[in-house]
Amino acid sequence: MRPLKTLKKLYDEESQVVITEKGSPPRALFSGENFLLEDLPVGTRVIFPRPPLEGVPNVKAAIRWAINHPEGMEPLHALLRPGMRLTCVIDDISVPLPPMATPDVRQSILEVVLELCADSGVDDIHLIIANALHRRMTEAEMRRMVGQKIHDAFYPDRYYNHDAEDPDGITELERSPCGSHVVAVNRRVAESDLTVYVNVNFVPMNGGHKSMGTGLANYASLRAHHNPKTIRSSESYMEPAKSELYRRNERIGKAIDKHLKVFHIESVLNNRMFGPGTDFLHKREEDYSEGDRLKFHAMRYALSKMPRAAARKVLNAIPAPYDVTGVFAGATEPTHQKILEKSWQQYVVPVQGQSDIVIFPIPFISPYSVNSILNPLLVQVMGLGYFFNLNRGVPLVKKGGVIILTHPAFDEFDPVQHPSYIEFFNRVLPETRDAVKIEQKFEREFAENPSYVHLYRKGNAYHGVHPLYMWYWGENGRQHAGKVIVAGAENNHVPALLGWDRTDTLTEAIEEARGFMGRSASISLLRISPTVMVDVK
Amino acid sequence: MDAKAAFYDVDGTLVKTNVVHVYAYYAMNRGSLLGMAGRTLATAASVPLFAAMDALDRKTFNEFFYRYYAGLSEDRLISVAEDMFEDVLKPALYEQTRDLIDQARRAGCRIVLVTGALDFSMRPLARHLGADDMIANKMQFVGGKATGKVIPPIIEGANKANAIRSYCVREGLSLDQSHGYSDSASDYAMLSVVGRPTAVNPDMRLRAIARAYNWPILDLK
Repeated sequence: MRPLKTLKKLYDEESQVVITEKGSPPRALFSGENFLLEDLPVGTRVIFPRPPLEGVPNVKAAIRWAINHPEGMEPLHALLRPGMRLTCVIDDISVPLPPMATPDVRQSILEVVLELCADSGVDDIHLIIANALHRRMTEAEMRRMVGQKIHDAFYPDRYYNHDAEDPDGITELERSPCGSHVVAVNRRVAESDLTVYVNVNFVPMNGGHKSMGTGLANYASLRAHHNPKTIRSSESYMEPAKSELYRRNERIGKAIDKHLKVFHIESVLNNRMFGPGTDFLHKREEDYSEGDRLKFHAMRYALSKMPRAAARKVLNAIPAPYDVTGVFAGATEPTHQKILEKSWQQYVVPVQGQSDIVIFPIPFISPYSVNSILNPLLVQVMGLGYFFNLNRGVPLVKKGGVIILTHPAFDEFDPVQHPSYIEFFNRVLPETRDAVKIEQKFEREFAENPSYVHLYRKGNAYHGVHPLYMWYWGENGRQHAGKVIVAGAENNHVPALLGWDRTDTLTEAIEEARGFMGRSASISLLRISPTVMVDVK
Repeated sequence: MDAKAAFYDVDGTLVKTNVVHVYAYYAMNRGSLLGMAGRTLATAASVPLFAAMDALDRKTFNEFFYRYYAGLSEDRLISVAEDMFEDVLKPALYEQTRDLIDQARRAGCRIVLVTGALDFSMRPLARHLGADDMIANKMQFVGGKATGKVIPPIIEGANKANAIRSYCVREGLSLDQSHGYSDSASDYAMLSVVGRPTAVNPDMRLRAIARAYNWPILDLK
């Protein structure tokens, strides 16, 4: 291993951007459950993630310090009264990705908070997972998230998933006369004397007003911002100042803060996604040791020989050894502001100018496919929704440019987690890809389908309307890009239904993109994951 | 949005019973005490035969089996139906049945039970679930006594689909927007005719069909 001093030198600010030269090593790119090893054309700009920031030395101490020195609120102990009704609301399994090695930071926060509550005579406590219209977490996932001790004490009566379809479980705080603006939250939370929101911030679009306004809402409330119009008006989901999505969430969040007392505890992680054995994935290929190269080839070979389901299982079973880089607490806005600063510090790499062609390697996981399959709609949302938006308001790709995704684009769906996705993909997309038309014609039907509502409430399925949200989520990228090519797609019909071109290899995709944009087209590769964002100057 | 309905098969879909149980209950609750004992034994002996016939051909089975009602008075059948609901159907309802039906109602669906059982035997269940309508077999009565014949067409298989289609036309409902729920591959026609079919606790054949057509599969508890 290189000494720390040398590593630091290697990873100074400038070194996150590498221009490919003759003799540059091939790049290791995620492509679903495996990797591609690709030589890129000379002159390609490769943007690497920053090295992980150092974590706080003592997480529990950082949590205690944060709740005793909150932003814009009294310390937590001063808000607790014996006999009061308190609800802890917890972010769900969609963050972080992959799930973090235990103990999860949410467990650490809850251990501190629950101990403090016990000391203050507060025992009417519920723990609610803010899963909004996401799938319910399974018992095993819930146990893993909060640890055995808390799980045993609270599950299932006082530790459960939010149910956005429970007619008795939702309270409307505000509603405009036409019903287009609804502020609704979980009833238990609305009737609590104090809510403690336990957050884990993965990217800048998490946390803040989104936590309460989205996580505990119902379909009527989410419609205000989960729609094509809002997405089209958002220049990036990650930059609050340029996000209509953030503004609408803010409006709902402010209404919640007016009615309810919420104490936010937000935590931020570094981008250490890979632990021993796979930590070479954090490095630039130029810095691979012989051992790293050997490990990479062995891993690639093993994954290629496994059935896809087995490879998925192996990859899903590797937790990420994230470090907590900061914990802040208090009122919604000042707390989140601190988190945003930390988040940008970790993720942002400044780059000069946009590119004609941008390559996004798509990994095996998304916020909506933990312990499941990255189905075609989720590939779409990763490429055109999330990766396209990993910027501060100026996309990496030029308007009308080409986005290349590396993924097999297999036609596989999980009927347990994504039942309504199957219908959406096979019935709606062949008819239209226009998000506005889809919203008008199909949204109510999918949202209210009693079978999907049942599977959401009683099974572990995403809500019926969720695939439509996934389609809207890609709207920003879809409107911006001139062409999308999926390199390595193993069939024709999935790319065709999504409105994309396909090629067998990345080289062919680059050739086709150059045919579209011109021979001198500039190319960038966002070498993700770990997470990286760009600040395009 | 078009008016729509949710059509529910009953046996095995909403309740954990099938028509054989219903028949057995009736057989055991008619006539004198001695006769009842004899019939109970006879019924117990013939239940496996009925079950096999039901699996083989639902239509023949229904025709065969309804002959046993011949000679019973309408009043008697109705009162036994009330008892049967309390004793057999109500305890056999899946816990999640009511949630499923309530959700369909909230989505603006008219609730319709579609069953091969006789209408009088299902009426208390329909009332209990708050169903708006019922498509069921009707027993022929002459002078207040059951003849043992069912007024055609017998509601089963493809006839269920026809009945649903006619119902939608008559009531001005959109078949495409309507939902269908069943547990059995024998209701394949009924599920195919509605725009939104769902397999509920499906048998092996229906599970395979549902997977092939990407219909949602619910496992009611």
